[in-house]
Amino acid sequence: MNLNETNTAATYPIGQHPSMPPPAAERGIIKWLNINLFNTWYNSIATVLGLYFLYLIIPPAFDWVLGSATWEASSNKDCRAGAGGACWGFIRARFVLFMYGFYDAESIWRPNLAGILLVALAIPVLVPKIPGTRFFAIPLIFLYPWLAISLLVGPIKITLFSDPAFLVLWIVLIISLVFLGFRGIKTNNLAKRGLGFSLAYVAIILIYLNWGLGLAPMETNRFGGLLLTLVLAITSIVVSLPLGIVLALGRRAESLPVVKYFCIGVIELFRAVPLITVLFMAVNMIPLFLPQGYSFDNLVMALIGLSIFFGAYMAEVVRGGLQAIPKGQFEAAASIGLNYYKSTGLVVLPQALKIVIPGIVNTFIAMTKDTSLVMIIGLFDILMITKSSITDAKWLGLEWEGYAFVGLLFWVLCFSMSRYSQWLERRLDTERRN
Amino acid sequence: MSEVSGTAEQIQSAIQDREIIQIRNMHKWFGDFHVLKNINLTVNNQERIVVCGPSGSGKSTLIRCINRLEEHQKGQIIVDDIELTNDLKKIDLIRQEVGMVFQSFNLFPHLTVLENCTLGPIWVRQTPKTEAEDAAMHYLERVKIPEQAQKYPGQLSGGQQQRVAIARSLCMSPKIMLFDEPTSALDPEMIKEVLDVMVELADTGMTMLVVSHEMGFAKTVADRVIFMDEGEIIEQNDPHQFFDNPQHDRTKLFLSQILAH
Repeated sequence: MNLNETNTAATYPIGQHPSMPPPAAERGIIKWLNINLFNTWYNSIATVLGLYFLYLIIPPAFDWVLGSATWEASSNKDCRAGAGGACWGFIRARFVLFMYGFYDAESIWRPNLAGILLVALAIPVLVPKIPGTRFFAIPLIFLYPWLAISLLVGPIKITLFSDPAFLVLWIVLIISLVFLGFRGIKTNNLAKRGLGFSLAYVAIILIYLNWGLGLAPMETNRFGGLLLTLVLAITSIVVSLPLGIVLALGRRAESLPVVKYFCIGVIELFRAVPLITVLFMAVNMIPLFLPQGYSFDNLVMALIGLSIFFGAYMAEVVRGGLQAIPKGQFEAAASIGLNYYKSTGLVVLPQALKIVIPGIVNTFIAMTKDTSLVMIIGLFDILMITKSSITDAKWLGLEWEGYAFVGLLFWVLCFSMSRYSQWLERRLDTERRN
Repeated sequence: MSEVSGTAEQIQSAIQDREIIQIRNMHKWFGDFHVLKNINLTVNNQERIVVCGPSGSGKSTLIRCINRLEEHQKGQIIVDDIELTNDLKKIDLIRQEVGMVFQSFNLFPHLTVLENCTLGPIWVRQTPKTEAEDAAMHYLERVKIPEQAQKYPGQLSGGQQQRVAIARSLCMSPKIMLFDEPTSALDPEMIKEVLDVMVELADTGMTMLVVSHEMGFAKTVADRVIFMDEGEIIEQNDPHQFFDNPQHDRTKLFLSQILAH
């Protein structure tokens, strides 16, 4: 195409030239190919070589994954007898194990229900276009965790609360705490109001957990597979972000040196030791501090360890965002009379968190993948289940299929988080349009 | 007739006789650097004061001490009969009565113009939202940009942003307005629109303390002009005396430099 060709169709008087579309070679896919792939002789050769490599790799891979795959199998003999592709029958045969671990097969509806509820409550909160963001946030934060615990684990026996005689005492206590809260509203006393309602809430929750929907109790060492990975990832994500924000703000509190150095201590301690060490120490040392007869199970230890560890990471990410806020913002907020808490919550944190969304989501993604380390303390997350499945005598030699499946699951989780964060950033940017 | 106006005058002078800011023997250091030296200043209610001086003379630091954005180490500052100490409650009370406008506007970029203005009343004075929004629209009309209420600060010009900043401070109904070089970051065309707002504000009887290089504004509006150099108040006088008859050499030097063009 001769790019110097001029349009000799007509000449126009000055100031009246119409806008016309560009010639074909200047737009669209042909232009893109010209510029990027074939503009010089060595680029053209590289393009041809690249295409050849793709031809060597993609069709056989496609064939292995889908074309000659075996979809039904009850042992690796069936796999070898198949067409020679991937043996997805292996995954299908042990599907419940991969998804739920050693959870009781008849009770799978419980984690399923917990998952469906989470999705149903979280989608209006995470996707602001769907109405009811604030409306669903309250049950999501204050009610759903306890419901999920009762569904997944069943009732938790807390001795002080299970004795019926004590129950009357607790009910009296709760009623009086609620009264305290209402008095606090009337007298506009924030302390009474906060203390009354929050303690009443804690007491009600403790009693509820004891009864827990009346379902059969399920030991947490039966959790495994994707269920365990999701429980670990979601809990540590949800706990580490507020914890990190509090630690970051505490670290910057120049006027309260005790708080400041405590936060520095926590952050530096947990960042300086490997996660494996933290998990080991949680499992072995926390029970030493508990009174006799009490024991926390490995899952709770892992959750505590993961949450504090990643809370420390998150604190530094958030601190980076706080540092980026110009001093003038703090001063302007102070000059209209906002105290420290109000100016931090209304002016500083919204801006700081928006700036570090990439860092926060990066840490979330790393958290999700690091949950696999709980195999050290005997918990069977999805990676460990895969490992133990492929070393089972019945299924030897199927490493590719196993790890490909695990890789796919992690990829879905992490890539979804990444896409959501990019969407969130774009949406917050259009609001600000700075 | 003369009796009635006499009484109105007496009331007016009673209002204006009240000392709303008293600074006595105030010193401030930044580390070892003695930035404010023995400041003694009294501001009467409804008085308009312009503070001028060369860079580094401490004028911004002085007015920032009044709403505790900077802490003074020695001496007394009393604002609206409340003494400025480390007591956080008193500091918050004073900050509700004193509004401040900054050189770099400092609007909140994540909130709309209207939300910028209603943030203070809603969260500090517990004003209901509709009432706060009505008041905010009233002040936005006063600064002549009511149509920008739903825009974000990043979409406004500098002059518009500074006027929003003024409206934001006014929404808290302060008794005193502090201005820290409000027009120094603006293009010449926008300086006029902001100064017009400040003149109108002065006409309504607001107590104003303005740090500025705009001598035209000082001549039009100020009751008193204060000249500071190297942390001390060198001279203070009404504008005519100040510009036509400066007493100290340093004042004369400064005026010759600033009025040269």
